[in-house]
Amino acid sequence: MKFKAEINVMPLKELLDPQGKAVLGGLKNLDFKTISNVRIGKHITLELEAANETEAKSFAEAACKKLLANQVMEHFEIDIQKA
Amino acid sequence: MKFGVVVFPGSNCDRDMIHVLQDVMQQEVKVLWHKDHDLQGLTTDDCIVLPGGFSYGDYLRCGAIAKFSPIMRKVMEHANNGGFVWGICNGFQILCESGLLPGALLRNNNQKFICKNVYLTATHSESALTRNILQDDVLKIPIAHAEGRYYADEATLKNLKKNGQILFQYCNEEGDVTAEANPNGALLNIAGICNEKGNVFGMMPHPERAAEEDLNNIDGRKLFESLLNLNLVEQ
Repeated sequence: MKFKAEINVMPLKELLDPQGKAVLGGLKNLDFKTISNVRIGKHITLELEAANETEAKSFAEAACKKLLANQVMEHFEIDIQKA
Repeated sequence: MKFGVVVFPGSNCDRDMIHVLQDVMQQEVKVLWHKDHDLQGLTTDDCIVLPGGFSYGDYLRCGAIAKFSPIMRKVMEHANNGGFVWGICNGFQILCESGLLPGALLRNNNQKFICKNVYLTATHSESALTRNILQDDVLKIPIAHAEGRYYADEATLKNLKKNGQILFQYCNEEGDVTAEANPNGALLNIAGICNEKGNVFGMMPHPERAAEEDLNNIDGRKLFESLLNLNLVEQ
């Protein structure tokens, strides 16, 4: 079966995200006064073959751990959908 | 000691490093291509250098793709067998990504690519890379990076300190390690570290850009001399 994995890779909460800080500054300059925090990460989509959703998730998780995310500085979340 | 300099697609300090090793330090150098499956006869008595640059376009994360190059399998074997490995700038990022060194290098806290001379102090002279550097020496060596903010969790930092793995810290011209002298927000002003065994080194500054009279700066040469143990040879 074909699946689509939607993966969010975000900087760990305890880490300063200078990119997010810079964008927050930009938003404030544009008068978006209600926005108080911005964190920027990556969104990755994978298309993959697997027997079922559980297997698809474990493939995506392995890919995240091995390459897509560096767990020293990032955490990831995976959402699996049937393609 | 012979040297092997690895060339990844996107490396751009490889030629500088080869030039300094060959022409300034008069050492034998093998140029290792990222697709190579052997180290051209280099042994654990030798040193493999991972140079600066933008390996694989810095895609995904700096150094993340380079760690899966065929040559890196051999570099890891070399390191695990006790051979010297020295990563500079992107090379340091690759070593952290590959797990040969702890921690990670994050985007500079000012969000800018920083290219300038900085001052470094060696925390001790016990390592092969710092044995010729005195406690009071302040080295002026350039940095050129956007992702050089060293980060590791508290337990890792504690271990680094305990084991003497912090080799270089950013300091001011007088040698004081201060927040103002920290160019990128690195924890503990860390500019360079080594692994627990002391045979794998990583640093953000570029000693190969500060090793010649013609460049008006030979501070970086001390690192090469340390590694080659030139003082001992002279004695």
